Amino acid sequence: MMFAPAPFLLKDVSVSQVMIQVCVALIPGIAAYASLVGPAILVQLVIATFAALLAEAVMLKIRGKSLALFLSDGSAVVTAWLIALTFPPLAPWWLVVTGTVFAIVVAKHLYGGLGQNPFNPAMVAFAVCIVAFPALMSQWPSVGLQLRLIDQMNIILGWAPRVDALSGATPLDAMKTALKLGDSTFDVSTLLANQDIYGNFAGRGWEWVAGGYLLGGLWLWHRKLITWHVPVAFIAAMATLSGALWLYNPAQFASPLFHLLSGGAMLGAFFIATDPVSGCTTPRGKLIFGAGAGLLAYIIRVFGGYPDGVAFAVLLMNLCAPLIDLLTQPPIFGMKDKA
Amino acid sequence: MLMNLFKCKGGVKPPTNKTQSITLPIATAPIPSRLVVPLHQSIGGTPRPIVQAGDQVLKGQLIGEADGWISAAVHAPTSGTVVEVAMHVQPHPSGLDAMCVVIAPDGRDEWIAHQPFDYANAAPEAVREYLQQSGVVGLGGAVFPTHGKLTPSKTVPMEELVINGAECEPFITCDDLLMRERAEEVVRGIGIFRDLLQPKKVLIGIEDNKPEAAAAMRAAVGALGEPFSVVVVPTLYPAGGAKQLIRVLTGKEVPAAKRSTDLGVQCFNVATAYTAWRAIAHGEPVVSRLVTVTGNVHAPRNYEVLIGTPMDELLQLATPHPDTDGIIMGGPMMGFLVPDRQVPVIKATNCLIAHDDRLFPPKPPEMPCIRCGSCAQACPHELQPFEMYWFSRAKNFGKTQEYHIFDCIECGCCSFVCPSRIPLVQYFRFAKSEIWAREREKNAADGAKARFEFKQLREEREKAEKAEKLAKAAAAQAAKKAAEAAAAAAAGEPVAEGAAAAEPVAAEASPVPVAVDPEKAAKMATIQAAMERAKAQREASQPKNTEALKSSQQKEIDEIEARRQAAHLTEAAPPAATGEKTE
Amino acid sequence: MEIVLAIAIMALGAVVLGAALGFASIKFKVEGDPLIEKIEAILPQTQCGQCGYPGCKPYAEAIANGDEINKCPPGGTEGVQRLADLLGREVKPLNAEEKPKQIAIIDEQTCIGCTLCIQACPVDAIVGAAKQMHTIVAPLCTGCELCLPPCPVECIRMEPIAENIDNWKWKYPVVEIKAAPLKEAA
Ligand code: SF4
Ligand code: SF4
Ligand code: SF4
Ligand code: SF4
Repeated sequence: MMFAPAPFLLKDVSVSQVMIQVCVALIPGIAAYASLVGPAILVQLVIATFAALLAEAVMLKIRGKSLALFLSDGSAVVTAWLIALTFPPLAPWWLVVTGTVFAIVVAKHLYGGLGQNPFNPAMVAFAVCIVAFPALMSQWPSVGLQLRLIDQMNIILGWAPRVDALSGATPLDAMKTALKLGDSTFDVSTLLANQDIYGNFAGRGWEWVAGGYLLGGLWLWHRKLITWHVPVAFIAAMATLSGALWLYNPAQFASPLFHLLSGGAMLGAFFIATDPVSGCTTPRGKLIFGAGAGLLAYIIRVFGGYPDGVAFAVLLMNLCAPLIDLLTQPPIFGMKDKA
Repeated sequence: MLMNLFKCKGGVKPPTNKTQSITLPIATAPIPSRLVVPLHQSIGGTPRPIVQAGDQVLKGQLIGEADGWISAAVHAPTSGTVVEVAMHVQPHPSGLDAMCVVIAPDGRDEWIAHQPFDYANAAPEAVREYLQQSGVVGLGGAVFPTHGKLTPSKTVPMEELVINGAECEPFITCDDLLMRERAEEVVRGIGIFRDLLQPKKVLIGIEDNKPEAAAAMRAAVGALGEPFSVVVVPTLYPAGGAKQLIRVLTGKEVPAAKRSTDLGVQCFNVATAYTAWRAIAHGEPVVSRLVTVTGNVHAPRNYEVLIGTPMDELLQLATPHPDTDGIIMGGPMMGFLVPDRQVPVIKATNCLIAHDDRLFPPKPPEMPCIRCGSCAQACPHELQPFEMYWFSRAKNFGKTQEYHIFDCIECGCCSFVCPSRIPLVQYFRFAKSEIWAREREKNAADGAKARFEFKQLREEREKAEKAEKLAKAAAAQAAKKAAEAAAAAAAGEPVAEGAAAAEPVAAEASPVPVAVDPEKAAKMATIQAAMERAKAQREASQPKNTEALKSSQQKEIDEIEARRQAAHLTEAAPPAATGEKTE
Repeated sequence: MEIVLAIAIMALGAVVLGAALGFASIKFKVEGDPLIEKIEAILPQTQCGQCGYPGCKPYAEAIANGDEINKCPPGGTEGVQRLADLLGREVKPLNAEEKPKQIAIIDEQTCIGCTLCIQACPVDAIVGAAKQMHTIVAPLCTGCELCLPPCPVECIRMEPIAENIDNWKWKYPVVEIKAAPLKEAA
């Protein structure tokens, strides 16, 4: 007689469906990004995806796991896309590949593969690369520089000199430089007031990218793939801290809107800090996790050595996640205090 | 009427699949060729068989006597001849055997003399005992003896009596049909429970996908002038779990460690109320129940089925499709595939679902947990299934208990939503039964240790006592000797008398070994003789003259055999008790 | 200068944390059971003497004094495992074969009531009086087999405890996803 345990009905969900929906949710942001910096980002996405799948396949083979089952789960693709979206769009191809392979091999499979990694693989890759190749990781294309695809390809593939086209900086880079210089004649507010270069809120076009991520994130929330806790806590924490400092000294500190709509804030709030594997799982834990990541990201941006702090903030919170979970176990049915 | 409903966390909405089996009214299943009635059909003690092979029984005749207070009697479902009282495979996921009374029906379906029980003039204890004698148990699936739930808490006043007509599991419709067709008797049964428990309110919860049932119940409540409220609750699995329904209707949450009466609330299934009324008003013990036969069959329908009917025969009535490859007893969320198609319908059988791969596709392979938290959101008991899963999988049972594994009601919501298709409930069942087994072993070991230590203590004491006795005797002897020597000395016969004085001592001393030896020899001889006798007896008694036994001898042998069986089975008592605690 | 400052901060941090840890270990020290009791709690209390000691407690004492942990057949491999976990020793294979759990049954027809088995039973699992039939109280019997040799008429036998519905256990779900055959990968 056969044996199959109850329940006999299963909801039509699977890990690959979850991952595909995450990818779908990234599309609005990617579209805005591509229109901002040109099709190069699409090339990077393709490169990262292939590198991730290849690395995943090799690791699965080595670990004796089912390729058919795990290669199609889509988790490697999500990691690859996050890497492509956080690296500079004109980064050389080998940098993206190195980052992706490092994420899949070290940050994911050496920790036990799908579901076992204590750190977000994409963020590990970002952190490692920015430490190892600080120059390359901060070469952003000048805004308004509209290169043709073929020129962009040449840069990515290393067939064209990297220098001239890449002298630009993201608004965050510019802000960091300004803060570092401590030059009173060149303070943040004047810098940001130069709307011609940096757009209205967060640099020309960047707010559209952030808006795209926000849209995708809301859709994920609507699909119940993420809960509201992490993004809300992340955004609220960042907005509160940046708002307080901005009110205190608007000349030196940028507005909350600027912070939320620039760099990896939105991507981080909806797609990176919500990664369930490396994040918290209890509702209160998620709030703490999100808030912690938001605060740390802001602190690293403004006071730390790197232009954007989302990656380090998320990694630091990953470190605390198990402890936070342990301390925030929700009361179970019938054991709530009737206050 | 409008009522404030409370929200229940978690829950899922699987496709209900109920419409197939409600098109036809309840039918009575024909008497099958053979009835196999398991004795253990409810939580608690296993009833003792009081019939034996060859006995004629009538419908409703007692065949198994309740053993202990938490236990319910078992009756012959129809008239006929007892073929055997023997071990048969059970409708239980283990596929193991248990004691059953097998009856060959005579087709006359002749009732015992039965009459209504005058419960209006009976003491509550008498009513409870009568229900126990009638084999009334919870028919929602938990089969807890009903009389055991009809005692109000001494300290907490009874506030609400919740009647469960929610029937949240997909496919099952037997309660729906029961309420539609026999609402009046259900309501009268509820009246009995109300009289025994004296609650302030009676709430009948019915899911909103059963409007006809709710209407029928309202009509019956109105016609009988009872102050019961029929409350329609949203359709959500597992709203029909007792604890969930209590929560939705009263806002009270009953934790695993407490009884619901401690919170002033009690819950019964509608079918239980119906059988209680049949027992009281007609003197009919529970010998049949409604069973939904559905799934991969031509004509899904509800049947009134005699307990003990082989499932295969019942399924044939609904003409299963040929690709049916198994029978699920219970619903698709909490039921199980029966180990054998011939297993009998029991009191817990509310539904049979013909299984095939089209209705229930084979499970996709399991993936690692991605900690997505879906299971925690779906869990009606607000547990963290993925944490419990993690520790069950690692066999770290202490940790699973820290995450409240015993509050899990095994509803299956978590497995249902898991994108990694992890059989979470299966892990929890595994962990729970391991924990129980360990607890049993631990208790047994503790008991053994205590008895061992006690025995050692006793032996010490006996040794000490013996030594003391010997010492006393020696002392007495020495005193005697001294006294005699003194006497002799006083008599002034030093030499010759000295030898004479020594003699009695020797004489006194010598009998001891001499006396011991014959004693030992005699003992040996008796043992020898006994061994001879025993050997002869063994040879003589065992294989011979077993053919032409008188019924009285047979009975004696059976009794001894039963006792031996019991000796094997007594191991079972503690686990049953633990099982019940967590129910 | 900066380097010195950094080193100084790190050193200070190390000192503070170290002090806190040291304080915590003194402050929150738990008085555990003595080791022997912990060991004894793992031993099955069958009191059979198969370990070469006259009962579980003496063996527990011996283990605490360094004896091997694999000498208790009733405890089985699992027992060895748990002892190894407790003591941080290596798991060794049991030095005897593992038997299923069993209990003794007295053939009541043959029993002559000699009381010898009662004296032998370490856990008082046998009831009966002199010259009366004896019987074994099944739930109390630990299956140690000590009552077998003394019986002059050999009326005691051991029977494995059968699995029944009440002691049946759910099995560990079969999960491991095996490596797919290579062609699937291609
Ligand atoms: S639903 Fe499944 S994958 Fe998600 S957390 Fe629960 S067990 Fe893990
Ligand atoms: S089976 Fe247990 S853990 Fe899973 S949802 Fe139901 S109560 Fe929660
Ligand atoms: S072998 Fe095991 S059960 Fe037997 S006495 Fe030794 S420790 Fe106890
Ligand atoms: S009855 Fe026999 S086998 Fe059982 S515990 Fe006593 S001596 Fe050991």
